[in-house]
Formats: sequence, structure tokens, C-alpha cells
Amino acid sequence: MSEQDCAGTGKATRQGLLGAGTPMCAGCGGLQALHQIYDLVGDKTVFVNAAGCMTLLSIYPFTPFPGSWLYTAMACAPAGAQGVRDALDVLLAKGRIQPEQDQLPVVLTGDGSAYGMGLSATSAAIDRGLDFLYICYDNEGYGNTGHQYSAATPAGARTATSRVDGYAGIKKDLFAIWSAHRPAYVATAIGTEPADLARKLKKALSLSGPRLLLVLAPCPTGWGFEPARMVELGKLAVKTGIWPLKEYSDGQVRHTQVPARRKPVTDYLQLQGRFRHLFAPVRDTDKLTALQRQVDDYWEHID
Amino acid sequence: MRKLLTGNKAAAWGARLAEVDYLPVFPITPQTEIIETLAEWVDRGELDARLTTLESEHSMVTAAGAAAATGVRVFTATSSQGLLYAMEMLYNVAGWRVPLVLVNVSRGLSAPITLEPDHNDVLAARDSGFLQLHCATCQEVLDSVLLAYRLAEDKRVRLPVLVNLDGFYLSFTREPVILPSREQVRAFLPAFDAGSNRFRGGEPVSQAVAVLGGGPYSYFRYQTHLAAVEAGEVFDELSEAFSNHFDRGFKAIEDYRCEDAEILFVMIGSFATKAREAVDRLRDAGQKVGLLRPRLLRPFPAREFVRLLSGRAGVAVIDQNLSTGLGGILYTELAAALYPVPRRPILASFIGGLGGRDITAGEFYAMAEQVRQAVETGQAPPPRLLFTDQEMQTVRGLQRIAGSEEGES
Repeated sequence: MSEQDCAGTGKATRQGLLGAGTPMCAGCGGLQALHQIYDLVGDKTVFVNAAGCMTLLSIYPFTPFPGSWLYTAMACAPAGAQGVRDALDVLLAKGRIQPEQDQLPVVLTGDGSAYGMGLSATSAAIDRGLDFLYICYDNEGYGNTGHQYSAATPAGARTATSRVDGYAGIKKDLFAIWSAHRPAYVATAIGTEPADLARKLKKALSLSGPRLLLVLAPCPTGWGFEPARMVELGKLAVKTGIWPLKEYSDGQVRHTQVPARRKPVTDYLQLQGRFRHLFAPVRDTDKLTALQRQVDDYWEHID
Repeated sequence: MRKLLTGNKAAAWGARLAEVDYLPVFPITPQTEIIETLAEWVDRGELDARLTTLESEHSMVTAAGAAAATGVRVFTATSSQGLLYAMEMLYNVAGWRVPLVLVNVSRGLSAPITLEPDHNDVLAARDSGFLQLHCATCQEVLDSVLLAYRLAEDKRVRLPVLVNLDGFYLSFTREPVILPSREQVRAFLPAFDAGSNRFRGGEPVSQAVAVLGGGPYSYFRYQTHLAAVEAGEVFDELSEAFSNHFDRGFKAIEDYRCEDAEILFVMIGSFATKAREAVDRLRDAGQKVGLLRPRLLRPFPAREFVRLLSGRAGVAVIDQNLSTGLGGILYTELAAALYPVPRRPILASFIGGLGGRDITAGEFYAMAEQVRQAVETGQAPPPRLLFTDQEMQTVRGLQRIAGSEEGES
């Protein structure tokens, strides 16, 4: 990425199209990313939402979106996007609206819906080649219900439904699941890497078909860290290699940032309450080693 | 033009004549013929609509509602488990206050899984905010679809409408159906006007946003209720317009030979044609009986029922459904509607036709006789399941084959 690109995207992220004063938690990594995303997708969009933290952005009679918004339900936001897209196509084909009245359906869900209940609707929407953008803010748990385990919860993380030893499984690989469907575009991103996020979103917007932007969303309340440390934590997610920044298009996966000298995962884990049991009262060396090995194994297989 | 059509084909013709724009679909027996027919018309260019196969009824109804909210005329259809799978979104779509028509082809619910009809599927949706029309003939299926669009799209209503027909008994029965011309339908049903509340670039709309607290929630839910109540008045207006336009009656409640009737059958759906036949036979035998068959079930035409039932001696309410632990749903609703009436008739509850089980002529005669006796004694009989000893013996035989303890005892 050149300096020029960075400068351009940096300017774009300062528009502030998404209104201020939302009821999101202080230090919400998802909201940070959404501000950047909204500046780029613009207001000719219909955000189709499934139940999650971001549902609380639009509370009657207020909305921070200068574009349109449709709340559906947890399992079916991609189907809502399908209905909007199909209807707009019909209206365009029959000359009942003008091309400038067209809009982009953007699905906006948390990981609970994206990785779990809504996965069937998502898979089918990709199969149908739906022309839409899917934004998932991944805070690795059911956020606004008090942070219970979701299929996006990473190994070892404590949640309200995995309280003692933390989650025993591994985080579901949504990037791979999407890629296996051969959609137009899939990318991971994070709000604390705005240039990378902006470049990916611009690329997604230049394509048509099913497109996913999977955004890690550091969550102060769910993960247990001070809101002021959100940016630090997001940067560590990338520098430790825990959150690989990558994209899929034309059948190829490409990493957009390969951390040359990865920081130890403990740098990231020890800042968060959800991993505290791995450090105190005694350091769980076996588990920490296993978590480090998982990350090392991942990067070992990257060209 | 008259054509021999199944109930399913009649439903498809209703959508075609309404010139629908969008068909989100998913197959399920016994409604599949509807979407297959529409798909064929779309493929051949006979219907200028977009057809999208969704992966479930839940998604199908979501897409239907979202498209209606974007401003196109939408038609879709399902049955049974499909309707229940979509149930969450029925409430949502009604809450979005968007008009569309959903045809349900009734079928008994699992478990045990079965294909033939009863009304537990459609009655499960009765509190969802979808208005409900129930058909007894193939002609009525077509007519109901056309009327449903007028009702749904009326600015005083703006609610989705569910049109019900019985699986197998109506879905696959061929009857002569009068097909109106496209021009004739256009004169009755003008093009869909979405109003300003739809998605357009440059004209932002927020649809179905969250509310905090019970105050705004109560307000919006109650507005939906008021619209449904208003739909009753609008229906009467439209049914009159329909009758004038198409020369066929379409009242909220069909009253068959009720003028001087002392004992009435009340039931919905295609099995009511059996009741009509029984009424004719009983009339031949000198008994003053009649039939009331609501076409409109939501909003519940309570006032009309009261008018038609006041002063009658007795009523046999025949429910093709079973509210587990309570009994018949229509019976309960009718009893509630009649409670404030001083001279109310004796109500008797019968449950029959579950999972497509027949209701025989003899059973209709027996029900009329039971109600007559109840009128004489002034004592309503307990609710009764229409089920014969012979059927019981057959089930016992099956249980013996299955090796269950009940069968062996």
C-alpha cells in the first residue's frame, strides 16, 4: 500500500457520515469500523440488520444512518437483502425507478447471526449470487445479551456460558466458509487498521455479487478491558497474528499484512478479562503454549 | 373465460391476473403446484415477474416483506410446517405494515407428519397481524387473491393477507373457474402504489427500528390492531365492489339457507361444502338447518356473527383443528363473541377432519340431532371428537403391528 493510498483513505474516513451520539458502548471496536465503512458505502444504501448490538443504533425515532435501514430478525438478514435487491431490479427493469434511485443492500450483523443462526440464509444468498455487501462485526460472542459463547468465540475465552475454563472448541472459520462458496469477495479487517479496511471496502464496492467484510470488533464489556485500550488491543490482534488480515477473490487468498515478527499471543490475551484465568492465580502454561502454537501453525502455512 | 382449474392453479391465476412483480418461493406439498405453475409462466414470458427460490420459508417471507417494503407487488405461497417455519417473520412483516398476499394450502402439522389438511397450521398464524381469508371453492381461491390485494394495499389497512385453501381437497380438485380478463381485473385492482414509505436512493427510510420501553411498542402494536379492525369495514366495502364488478358475491360470512334456520353449522374451508350438502338433505327432511361459513377470519367478523346467530336455537361449531388442552379454536372464538349477547344460542363443539379425516354425511346429521337435543334440554353437550369405533379398531390393529403395549392390552 502506497502513502498516496493511505492519504486518500485517511481523508475518506474523516467524513463522519454516520451520526454521532449512538448508544454503543464506549470503546466499541465495531462502531469504530462502522464509521469508516459508512463513509465509504455512503447513504445510497439499505442496511439490512439482524438482532445484535448494532440493532440499538436505530432506536425510534432516532437513527444515525442518513441512508435507509431495515431490521429483519436474527436468522434472515441476507434474505431481507435479497428482497430489497430483487425489488429494486424489478423496479429498474420496469422503469418505475431511475438508475440514480438504486441502492446497495448492506447486511449488518454480529457474529452470533453471521456464524450461527443466519449462516443458512447467508450460504443460500451466496449460492444465488446475490449482489450485496455483508458486514459482520465480530466481537466473538453474543454481545448485547451479556456476551455469551457464539461460534465465533476463540479457544479459551471465558463467556457468560463458558465461565470456568473458557470455550473448549475453536473459533469457526467464517472466512473459509464464505470462500468455499466462491463469492465475489471476502476480506477480514479491523477498525484499528483503517487504511487496510478502506482499501478492502473500496475493492469490494468495485465488484458485484456476494461480498463479505469480516471485521474484528474489540468489545470492552464482553472481553473485559478498559475502553481507552481498544485501539491498542486491536493493533495487538494483528501484530500477534491472532487476527490475520486477508482477502479472497478470484479463487485466491492473499494476506494483506503479514506481521514480520509476530508478538507473543500473551501480549494480546493478558489485557483481557476473558483470558485472565490463563494467567492467574496460576499461569496455565500448557494452554497458553497451545494457543501460541495454533497461531504459529496458521502462519507457517502462509506463503 | 371458464377453465377447469385445481385450487392451486386458481391461486396461481390470481397472482398472474394481479400482475405481481415478485415471487419469492420455496416448495412444500401440497402447495408446490402453485409455484411450479408461476415458474413456468415466468420462464415462458407469460408473467413479467421475478421469481427467486429462497432456502426456507423463513427467508421467503423475509424477502417477500422486504420487497414489498421496497415497493413491488409480491405473491408467495406455503403450507403447514412451512408456515410455522416462517411464523417469526409473519409477525415482522405485519409489523412492517407492508401489503402482500401469502397463500397457505392447509396441511396437518407434525408430529406425526402427514400430508392431508386441517387448520392448525393457518390458525397458528391468526394472531400474527396477517389478515385471513378462507376458501371453499377454486373460484373463491382466485377471487380471494384479487380481493386480498385490494384489502392489503388499501391505505387504511396496509397489512399482509393470508389466503387459505385446503390441501388435496381443494389444492388438487379441478373445478370450473371463471377467469376474468386482465382489463377487468385492472379496473378492480389498480397498480400497486407503495406510497412514500419505501426504499429509494436519496429518500431514506428507516423501517422496523427498535423501540425502547412498552410505550412506543404498545402504540405500534395497537395501531396494527386498529388497522386489522378497520380492515373489517374495508372488506365489506370491497366485497360489495367485488360483487358489482365481477357479478359474484363475496360476503365476509357465507350464510347458506339460514333465513328461518333454528340450528346452524359453523365451519371454515372446503369441508363446508359437505355441510352444505347435509343442510340440503336435512331441509328435505323438514329440519330448519343452515350453514355459516366465515371467509374472513381475521379480523374476526364478530358483529356479523352476532347478527346472524342472535335468536337461533343452537349451533354446531365444527373445528378442523385442535388447540391442545383446550379444544376447538373456532368454538372458543365464537363463544367469546356471543358471550355479551342476551339471547344467545346453545353452542356445541365438534372436532373433526383432522389430518384430512373425512366428515361423513351421517356425522353431520348426528351433529344436528345432538344440537337439537341440547336445545330441548337446555344443556350444551361436552366437546366431541368425530371418530368412530371402527377407526379406533383400525388404530389398535396398527399398534399391534407396531408392537406397542397399548396395542397388546
